[in-house]
Amino acid sequence: MGHGPSGETWSVQRWRSRSQVSNLKYPEDYSRRQQEVAGWPCTIETYKLGDIYHCTIANVDPGARIARADGSTREVAEAQALEKAARYLGQTRRFPVD
Amino acid sequence: MPYAIPGVLVTTDWVAQHSTDASVRVVEVDVDTTAYDQGHVPGAAGWNWTTELCDTLIRDIVPIKKLEELLGRTGIDNKTTIVLYGDNNNWFAAWAFWQLKIYGHEDVRIMDGGRKKWLAEGRPLSTDKPSFPRSTYKASGPDLSLRAFLPEVQKAVQGKSAALVDVRSPQEFTGEILAPPGLPETCQRGGHIPGAKSIPWAKACNEDGTFKSQDELKALYGGAGISGNQPVIAYCRIGERSSHTWFVLKYLLGMDNVKNYDGSWTEWGNLVGAAVEKP
Repeated sequence: MGHGPSGETWSVQRWRSRSQVSNLKYPEDYSRRQQEVAGWPCTIETYKLGDIYHCTIANVDPGARIARADGSTREVAEAQALEKAARYLGQTRRFPVD
Repeated sequence: MPYAIPGVLVTTDWVAQHSTDASVRVVEVDVDTTAYDQGHVPGAAGWNWTTELCDTLIRDIVPIKKLEELLGRTGIDNKTTIVLYGDNNNWFAAWAFWQLKIYGHEDVRIMDGGRKKWLAEGRPLSTDKPSFPRSTYKASGPDLSLRAFLPEVQKAVQGKSAALVDVRSPQEFTGEILAPPGLPETCQRGGHIPGAKSIPWAKACNEDGTFKSQDELKALYGGAGISGNQPVIAYCRIGERSSHTWFVLKYLLGMDNVKNYDGSWTEWGNLVGAAVEKP
């Protein structure tokens, strides 16, 4: 993606030039990782938008959101989301398959 | 090798270039209904699958009049190119795609990689909710050749007249769990429909959320005996994950006779006397 003189990418400049689209923000510090939570594999996705970190935790299969939280830092957002996710995931029952 | 229906997938680059074209409407549909408000592709509309893509009174897909109203208020007419995208490998984008095809919309596409790829590429997001000039939409259908109901599935099981594809996780397939981890249980029994093959839906995607190549998809489904030589019925828990597999089989692999059984396990797994196979 090329950058223009202002440092913004060309695509951002293109968006800004369109009158109907405003209030653009640029995701930063994006990360996505897998981690076990309460015995279940989960995906933790975090990124910063403006001044806020958004964290979403989903089960790996099928990928449904279990918990989300916002925070002023990555650590705050992820800790809150992890606490909620552990609470929900801990309620999942396992049955014998034999 | 190109996909069976060329052009049904568009890239994030294509969306960046065309999303505010007058003939194009980009729509985000997420499983996480709060995601759109956090920020979305600039100019994109957002549809809520829990209220706008279903009948909220009875259990059914969106009624035709409600769909016409939704499309009209999103500024979509019958000629508009609708580009759908969403979180989690376009899971619910595929659910919207399936319903739009049931009601006969001609030009529907999916942004390959969905919200995940757009974010990972650091592309701009907007929190503005765009308004669109209201249009008039006339839906057709429903095209029920795309949708399987319970009697057809029961007949397929008895007569082995269709291949059943269970796209849930292996743990749901075996009955070890009754719902995906962390979600409410919505059935009385675990297991799967007798004779169904287990091919979890997300196996069709790469790590970045894009769809696997046609050769890889052919190997994935062909390896489980799903080659398109006989009718295919896909199912999951409530019909959304299986709409993703339906899309892959019909539009990326070009199988003619593929149906989504949206009654899925929440119907079958609650039926009194229905046969259940475990593990």
